[in-house]
Amino acid sequence: MDDAILSLKGVGKIFPGVVALSDVSLSIARGETHIVLGENGAGKSTLIKLLAGIYQPDAGTIVFNGQSYQPKTPHDAQQSGIRIVHQELNLLPYLSIAENLMLENLPRRAFGVVDRKALNRRAVALLKEVGLDIDPRTRVEALGVAQMQLVEIAKALSYDSKLLVLDEPTATLTPPEITRLFAIIKRLKAKGVTIIYISHRLHEVFEIGDRVTVLRNGRLEATRDLHGLAVPDLVRMMIGRDIADEFSFDASIVPGKVALSVANLKRSAATPEISFSVRHGEILGVAGLVGSGRTEAMRALFGADPKLDGVVEIDGRPVAITAPKDAVRHGLSLLTEDRKGQGLLLDMPVDKNITITDLGKVSRHGLVNRRAEAAAANDLVGQLRVKASSIEQAVRNLSGGNQQKVVLAKWLFRGTSTLILDEPTRGVDIGARREIYQLLWMLAAAEKGIIMVSSDLPELMGMCHRIIVFSKNKIVGEVPRAEFDQERILSLAYQEYVRP
Amino acid sequence: MTEMSEPLVSAPVSPAKAKFLRFLIRDAGVLLALVLITLFFSATAPYFATPDNALKIFVQIAINTVLAAGMTFVILTGGIDLSVGSVLALCTVVGATIMIDESLSPAAAITLALLACMATGAACGFLNGWISTRWKIPSFIVTLGMLNMAAGAARVVSDNSTITGLPQSFVDFGNLIIGGFLPSIFLVAVLVIAAGWFVLRFTVFGRMIFAVGTNDEAVRLSGHNPDFYKVAAFTISGLTAGIAAMVYLLRLNIGSPIAGVGYELNAIAAVIIGGTSLSGGKGSIIGTLVGACILQVLSTGLQLLGVGDNFKPIVIGLVIVLAVILDAYRERLLRRIR
Repeated sequence: MDDAILSLKGVGKIFPGVVALSDVSLSIARGETHIVLGENGAGKSTLIKLLAGIYQPDAGTIVFNGQSYQPKTPHDAQQSGIRIVHQELNLLPYLSIAENLMLENLPRRAFGVVDRKALNRRAVALLKEVGLDIDPRTRVEALGVAQMQLVEIAKALSYDSKLLVLDEPTATLTPPEITRLFAIIKRLKAKGVTIIYISHRLHEVFEIGDRVTVLRNGRLEATRDLHGLAVPDLVRMMIGRDIADEFSFDASIVPGKVALSVANLKRSAATPEISFSVRHGEILGVAGLVGSGRTEAMRALFGADPKLDGVVEIDGRPVAITAPKDAVRHGLSLLTEDRKGQGLLLDMPVDKNITITDLGKVSRHGLVNRRAEAAAANDLVGQLRVKASSIEQAVRNLSGGNQQKVVLAKWLFRGTSTLILDEPTRGVDIGARREIYQLLWMLAAAEKGIIMVSSDLPELMGMCHRIIVFSKNKIVGEVPRAEFDQERILSLAYQEYVRP
Repeated sequence: MTEMSEPLVSAPVSPAKAKFLRFLIRDAGVLLALVLITLFFSATAPYFATPDNALKIFVQIAINTVLAAGMTFVILTGGIDLSVGSVLALCTVVGATIMIDESLSPAAAITLALLACMATGAACGFLNGWISTRWKIPSFIVTLGMLNMAAGAARVVSDNSTITGLPQSFVDFGNLIIGGFLPSIFLVAVLVIAAGWFVLRFTVFGRMIFAVGTNDEAVRLSGHNPDFYKVAAFTISGLTAGIAAMVYLLRLNIGSPIAGVGYELNAIAAVIIGGTSLSGGKGSIIGTLVGACILQVLSTGLQLLGVGDNFKPIVIGLVIVLAVILDAYRERLLRRIR
């Protein structure tokens, strides 16, 4: 590229024992939207952190805007005009939008008093740029994730950034929110802002990207024009081999008797009653927008949150579930949406995370038999191909996909008859994702009932026998596999929101 | 959310080596500190390195060690127990009142007193745990309330006076030095620590204490009732306060409603210096024993060095803060290894 705004030459970064980035040379053209892809652990995060001034490279040089770029702190990076919107949003929930937007440069009057008028005026202008029509005095905690995301982007714009790095901005967004975000990205691009865009969702990058760079195992695999490429090409570049068909629906698995049925489940006075059931050997998809009550319904069913009313039957027998321990006793398992906060004991090792669901199995007279525990854990780690240095490694230090496998392993250790999975592949790279799919098929073949909640519609359509759709806390429809149709499911998901 | 600096992670150490390093950082560090402090005072303070002084230190750490053993359980679950000092006071007057009852034989009186102390302490602890979990109130506040209530109850039971006149056999046992080097009350403390170590290390219950302190929501969603373990931890802390009250009676031979003032802070300090994390889930009870030793060695050593009573607390306070700072570094180091 002639007019490169950012160029990396032979950049490397080594951590004790691990080469995180090696000999990466890359040049980003002024004004382009450049996609960066790679599996978890491929080096994307390290690359971003180098640009953000969080890490310093051990080798190579970076030139930004014609000058050598060596940020020592995130502040340096901002000063140079590089702004990063991290995946974990860094907003202060109890401050207003306006304060968040200009936190580092609050307009002041005499004696350091904040000039609220100027503050809000500038905030309105910034919000307008990202298409947010909202009172800038609103506290950030009152916003949805999508709106927070946009506030972060507006914040990035407030610094007159020349280069904007977006790290998985769509991970928590719903389709219409994504559409809006893309419109904003295109508008920014038209204004000449250079954008580096990192994503796991391969389907979406074609809409906004000019070129794509794929990292694999810390090395640069290729930089290509996106034009003329298709998803399978990207997958091949990312994992270095072909994936025949992402989903191989196994039609030989025929669902049997009803494993779990939920009748007239009512969470609160304000929410409607819902009923659904899943059969042995069936994968039931649960679609709906984020916040449509999918997660809440599953949690209420599992006893994780209180419910007002409703009958849960397991294998035709009604069971009383008032706490998760009741659900677990009756053979239910819940893989939560928030893996780190609710699924794992992050600072404890792999084996102890796995056996927590049923320590009785590896203990006698109240004493843990460490040898039996290690054997059981090793067994499951091998079976699920969890990549860990040993079963004594803390799960905090595993990648997202391997953490998710540990959560699955802990329920397999317990032995489950029906498995509820809430966003099982969020933040999981494509390789591990496929392994999780295969595992679900295996479980279905073993006559487990599986309920799969996901925001990734192609995933649900690839995996499930049947999909039920939530819209505003209500189950608005059920679509059998033969009638799967993305548009139909989406319009069901919006049904309750578009009505006056 | 995704790959938070994965590289940092897959550290290049073998499991066996990692285990050793973990031990070195977690437990041996505190032990080393104790050895160094002891060596320092042995070299500088007169009389410090004498058998007499060693005995004195053993006698003096007994009460705090017992309290800190129970406190370790509570802190491991992520709670705190500020009430143990005044619960100890309440238990001393309960125990002493029973022991001076002349209608009972000494043996019966002592047995009954021990049981009553343990039951009273456990009941206070249970209340702490039950109230804080039932109404989801921070244990800091609940146990602060209990601190006052138990102190008041101690005055009521004792009619606000010191109780003396314990059975001679009881007093004799308190003064006993087994084999000329092992004070009986230190033996009690060591037994309590050993029991706590066994429970935390080998039992399902101990595993659950660590798990609850690490992430109680994950434990709940895995099909357990974390509140049970929290209440149990507080009950254990109350129980050890009851046992510590018996040790107090053995050592000082009086039941006093104003005993134990500030003991809770010493117990917490011992736990924290011993490497147990205030946020729960990480720590060891052996560390707690070492922490209690460090506190007493410092206190005795400074006294022998002639550091005035006014300056001593300043130094000890600094050591506590230093321990917490080191704890933060220790965590960072441990994360690298695992």
